[in-house]
Amino acid sequence: MSLLTLENVTLKFGGVTAVNNLSMSVNEGEVFALVGPNGAGKSTVFNMISRFYTPVRGSIAFDGHDLLKRKPSQVPSLGIARTFQNIELFERATVLQNLLVGRHRHRKTTLVEEMFFIGRTREQERQHRHAVEEVIDFLDLQAYRDKMIAGLPYGVRKVVELARALATKPRLLLLDEPASGLSVEETQDMRWWIDDIRRQMGITVLMVEHDMGLVSKVCDRVLALADGAKLAEGSPAEVQAHPAVIEAYLGTAAISKTANAKGERV
Amino acid sequence: MRFHFKTSYDQDIRLFPDWWNFSLYALLLVLLLVMPWLIDDFYLGEMTNVLIWAVAGLGLMILTGQTGLVSLGHSAFMALGCYLTVNFMDTGMPFLLAFVLAGVVTGVVGAIVAIPALKLHGVYLSIFTLALAILADDIIVILDHWTGGVNGIYAPEIWIFGFEINRWAMPASWYYLALGTALFVTLIYRNLLRAPLGRAFAAVRDSEISAQAMGVDVARTKTLAFGFSCAFAGMGGALMGLFAGAFNNETFNFLLAIQLLMMIIIGGLGFIHGAFLGAIVIAFLPQLLAIGTDTLGINSVPGLETGVFGMILIAFILFEPMGLYGRWLKIRTWLELFPFARRDMFRRQKTYLKTERLR
Ligand SMILES: Nc1ncnc2c1ncn2[C@@H]1O[C@H](COP(=O)(O)OP(=O)(O)OP(=O)(O)O)[C@@H](O)[C@H]1O
Ligand SMILES: [Mg+2]
Repeated sequence: MSLLTLENVTLKFGGVTAVNNLSMSVNEGEVFALVGPNGAGKSTVFNMISRFYTPVRGSIAFDGHDLLKRKPSQVPSLGIARTFQNIELFERATVLQNLLVGRHRHRKTTLVEEMFFIGRTREQERQHRHAVEEVIDFLDLQAYRDKMIAGLPYGVRKVVELARALATKPRLLLLDEPASGLSVEETQDMRWWIDDIRRQMGITVLMVEHDMGLVSKVCDRVLALADGAKLAEGSPAEVQAHPAVIEAYLGTAAISKTANAKGERV
Repeated sequence: MRFHFKTSYDQDIRLFPDWWNFSLYALLLVLLLVMPWLIDDFYLGEMTNVLIWAVAGLGLMILTGQTGLVSLGHSAFMALGCYLTVNFMDTGMPFLLAFVLAGVVTGVVGAIVAIPALKLHGVYLSIFTLALAILADDIIVILDHWTGGVNGIYAPEIWIFGFEINRWAMPASWYYLALGTALFVTLIYRNLLRAPLGRAFAAVRDSEISAQAMGVDVARTKTLAFGFSCAFAGMGGALMGLFAGAFNNETFNFLLAIQLLMMIIIGGLGFIHGAFLGAIVIAFLPQLLAIGTDTLGINSVPGLETGVFGMILIAFILFEPMGLYGRWLKIRTWLELFPFARRDMFRRQKTYLKTERLR
């Protein structure tokens, strides 16, 4: 069953067509990857789903809801969470506080209850904390719980951002380059986590990733983009072998090399 | 050296994490309560002044320190709170009701005024609020029927449940009024911080983009921050005007707002303690300077206070951007870890700038 559907979506930045008549659909329970060279429009697709950008044409639906009718802050309440390519955490807050912001969509307290800390507030806080603590255990973040984000190493920030997204208890998780800038070991961890997120938590994952090694290990289906348009779609092996995809990556030799060369750090 | 053991989630949810922390604040409260017996009337008046500045400072702190919105116009809301209180009292309303209602109305007005400012960031927002402060000055003069204009008005008598709050006859009564207000505002502030709204404030401050991606409605959060901020500032302004005994447009001119901002920066942005520490500096600095000029045997120099205050501010921005409270936190950590603290422990770590990048 299709959970997320994009139909004939086009988005332009001035004269640049960042996404060109793209249609795709992500099924419930699968791990789906968007791949493509730099500037292909992958992050732009994410930003349309998060409603930071509005396409000039086409429609985006999530579980029967028209996403284009929503504001960015109304998207998470449908069950969509995301991470950012360049890590957007709340710097002057602790890891715990960051994750608790992830619980925002589950709050049931009114303003007056929060002001005087009465009614459901305390019980709700306990529940938020409990939910966050599960994520901390899952991603092994215990050691960082009370640490400020400013000052955490890059690899940890990446995990915290994943944790914050998981704390929202999403149905669909959007990961923008979850392994970029990570060491080999950290990438291994990320791979197991993505597997567990899908298997144990039953969360559908849509990810952008350059590391084709990781993509072929965790993804069911892959869609290759170039210049905003769809090149190929299918299993990781099919897409990697597709002539149009190979041509799009030409000049950078093999796809996996691109990944290594791209070990950029912010 | 002291160890923190956490045994339940409630330790992070309660007002006081542990018994030790609770005892410290209980002791401080007792000290504050017996203060009228410990110090003379002059210093009790100064303490009252500190508490009043702290109330207004907490107001600006929630906006600037917690939500990251810098206002240079809070004098306008302090004025509104003050004039509303007096006008409500004129209709025969008892003081306490007039005071709290004035705070609420100022908060609502602040939230409404904030709506056109929601899209403004950084310096543009500051200029917008500065314009409000300058405008408020004129409006006070124009509405002289309610405000007394440039001639100002004398503070009415204040009665709370049959007790007169009188600065001259009974300084302690004013002190307790200011203390009660400061405690009330601090409690609400603290409650918000440990609830979803307080975390939303911090989220908006640090990254509007990812706040939205977590479901935080940025416009609503900013509006509420303005609302609470202006309500507290209004209460602080009311106390300030009434405590002064007489007030006019000059009492609430825009320099007051700038002083308030400098005060919370010196105290430590983003900390409740910062508002109080900053208030201590702002209230006692004139005294210190007076003692200083006296002992040096020089005549008091006009503008000295503002100049010294500005210099202190510059020193803090350069050497301790986290303010007095930030400095104290470092000292405390050092003491707790003694003798294991390392010199480079507080070296500024590589900071990642607020980016708001989508790609
Ligand atoms: N806010 C924006 N304003 C103008 N142009 C933009 C904007 N965002 C993206 N673009 C352009 O749209 C195109 C697609 O960008 P996008 O960030 O989606 O690429 P990407 O596939 O995520 O690339 P990368 O692998 O480098 O992250 C690029 O040409 C980019 O320059
Ligand atoms: Mg990208």
